[in-house]
Amino acid sequence: MADAMTTSGAAAPTQPAKTFALPGDPLRPPDTFVDVRTQELQINMGPQHPSTHGVLRLAIWVDGEIVTRADPDIGYLHRCAEKIGESVSCIQYVPYTDRYDYLAAMNNNLGYCLAVEKVAEVEVPERAQYIRTIAVELNRIASHLVAIGTYGLDLGAFTPFFYAFREREEILRLLEWICGARLTYNFIRIGGVMRDTPAGWVEDIRKFLDLFETRLDEFNDLLTHNHIFVARTANVGVLSIEEAVRYGLTGPNLRGSGLRYDLRREQPYLLYDRFQFDIPVGTGIKGQVGDCWDRYWVRLLEMRESVRIVRQALDQLPTGGEIMAKNVRHLAFKSKAGEGYLGIENPRGELGYYLISDGGANSYRSRIRAPSFCNLSILESMLPGTMLADAVAIIGSIDIVLGEVDR
Amino acid sequence: MDSLVPFLEGAWGWATSSAFTFSMILSVLGVVAFISVWAMFAVWLERKASADFQVRLGPNRVGGRFGLLQTLADGLKLAFKEDLIPRDSDKFLFAVAPAVAFCGAFAAFAALPFTPAITALDINLGVFFIVAVTAIGVIGVLMAGWSSNNKWSLYGAMREAAQLISYEIPSALALMVPVLVTGSLNLKEIVGFQCLPSDGVLDKEGLVYLSDHGWLAFYSPWTFVAFIVYYIASLAECKRAPFDLPEAESELVSGFHTEYSGMRFSFFFLEEYGMMFVVSAVAALVFLGGWQPLPFISLNMGGFLGNLFFLGVFLAKSVFLLWVQIWLRWTLPRMRVDQVMVMGYKYLIPISLFALLMMAVYEHWGVRYLPGLF
Repeated sequence: MADAMTTSGAAAPTQPAKTFALPGDPLRPPDTFVDVRTQELQINMGPQHPSTHGVLRLAIWVDGEIVTRADPDIGYLHRCAEKIGESVSCIQYVPYTDRYDYLAAMNNNLGYCLAVEKVAEVEVPERAQYIRTIAVELNRIASHLVAIGTYGLDLGAFTPFFYAFREREEILRLLEWICGARLTYNFIRIGGVMRDTPAGWVEDIRKFLDLFETRLDEFNDLLTHNHIFVARTANVGVLSIEEAVRYGLTGPNLRGSGLRYDLRREQPYLLYDRFQFDIPVGTGIKGQVGDCWDRYWVRLLEMRESVRIVRQALDQLPTGGEIMAKNVRHLAFKSKAGEGYLGIENPRGELGYYLISDGGANSYRSRIRAPSFCNLSILESMLPGTMLADAVAIIGSIDIVLGEVDR
Repeated sequence: MDSLVPFLEGAWGWATSSAFTFSMILSVLGVVAFISVWAMFAVWLERKASADFQVRLGPNRVGGRFGLLQTLADGLKLAFKEDLIPRDSDKFLFAVAPAVAFCGAFAAFAALPFTPAITALDINLGVFFIVAVTAIGVIGVLMAGWSSNNKWSLYGAMREAAQLISYEIPSALALMVPVLVTGSLNLKEIVGFQCLPSDGVLDKEGLVYLSDHGWLAFYSPWTFVAFIVYYIASLAECKRAPFDLPEAESELVSGFHTEYSGMRFSFFFLEEYGMMFVVSAVAALVFLGGWQPLPFISLNMGGFLGNLFFLGVFLAKSVFLLWVQIWLRWTLPRMRVDQVMVMGYKYLIPISLFALLMMAVYEHWGVRYLPGLF
């Protein structure tokens, strides 16, 4: 049904009336049929719904508890982000990138800065690159914690959410310490980072990582192997590699289907080629490859890999040195004329920036490839045929952030 | 203090024996007062317990550092809220539904014996009455879901109806097992069976005596199975997690009471917590010896202080069972609607039927435990 780009106002597909004979009904002659007409019900899920993770609206047609058709309706959070990118200077635009995927603002900063640096040919000092890596990977852990916590919430398990947020709080404290903000960091700047690491920051991160690794196992007790959780997620929303690729899915959703594809490995940016880490993929431990449980599991494993990366980055962090490239430390930054695309591995998938510069302070065109936007498109093909409760499980497992979908 | 106990003893004797009508009024008022205070306490317990499970603090401002009056404050807030009735709703049904839903839980309280002496309504069909009357709640929920004119509410109501009717069967069947053993539907007599003296002498002199039967949960393997089945089914009957489909927050927004506000909403709230107490109390009475603190060893007490002690024991058991409900709710994810039905029809009903059958066979043989082993 991918080709049918239907609007939400379209009429529901008509269904033939079902007729049942009631055998042995003494009041009716044996050859009459009773017309039991079932009717499809269109329900409106969102934009104010607890499980659509923001202001996503899903027009859903249901037959009893079975979803027959789903039509995602987006645009409730559209803020003209791409157009703003053309009307403010590149340096002014960095804070705007915080607001797309507000759960992974560091990654958004990074993607944009890397793209600008690519077009403008800016060389970033090594120390800044390490600090960027640490900040970005911590942010990835925080983002996955929200994904996992809210996924439990979607399935009616409230408690894991608070455990996830307890860990996330620690990360937010660390990130607040270095840049003063908990959510919209604006920390990674074109040419480097905002400021150097404060005293004690590195040691605190090490302490946190040691604690966090032991606490990661708590999620296995709380959620992963819970019988009801497995019954709700295994074999639900199975997504094959072919379909995932066809819909342009990236990130944990693609890897959950079993494809080992991670931009940190495929097109190493920053210093990712210096670190050792695995790329977890879904293997269908509890059900089929590519089910909701696999996508959840991939996120859980990725947090452990991020911990490994942060550890290595902390070990290799050079003492002293510049944190900002020389030629961009002023507001009159002008890019070279040219164009370029750069994609990074955001917690939700490939976050790409395509920039065209005419040599001025603003970019001539800034286009954002948001992972959640592409991942969301799969819902239309995944939801039909599932139950209403499974629809919630699937939406949660795709892990979208609406700020990024609409931009 | 010296004169207080005789005074209370006297007041007690008068209220329980001499003035029948006064006692009735007192009982009804007592039930009303109890259900409100109980709901307040249960909500507070739930919030505190869930906070403990979730590495939070829970209410800690209103009413001392333990937030004891938080529920009262919330209740007051609800009482002063605007009573919204949606324009396109069926206004009469919408207005009546919370009262109907509340009726079931409220009426069930009347038949609960709290101690040998404190019973609002001592009827011979106590178990039957409670099973029947608590099912009224589903009508209220259906009315609420239908009259709200909201598709999510309707979904919640449909799920509630399907779930409640499915789980009435195993819970009633499970209750039939102790009824089969004791030969009575009277809750007081069922408790009496559990503390029946071993030597058969009913007029005991001393405080402590032995009773062969013990609590019915440990009377025989089949009564234990019945206890577990009843407890699981009762979770579904009070719409508690993991069976909280009718108000599944993440799926149905808030289910059948999505459109309700203010006092009408709080009536659904009262109904839920009232039901939680009723099923816990029935489980405590029928399976866990009611007001007797220990299995196999019974206490012979009476008068005001004795009844007070029994009341404490009975409430402690009920609160424990309620706490287990809370514990389960904050531990388990929600089941899917078909999984709930599978659990009811494919597992609980056959198990409870089998337990009933086996109990009948055991009773026929006159054995309690595995024949040949005990």
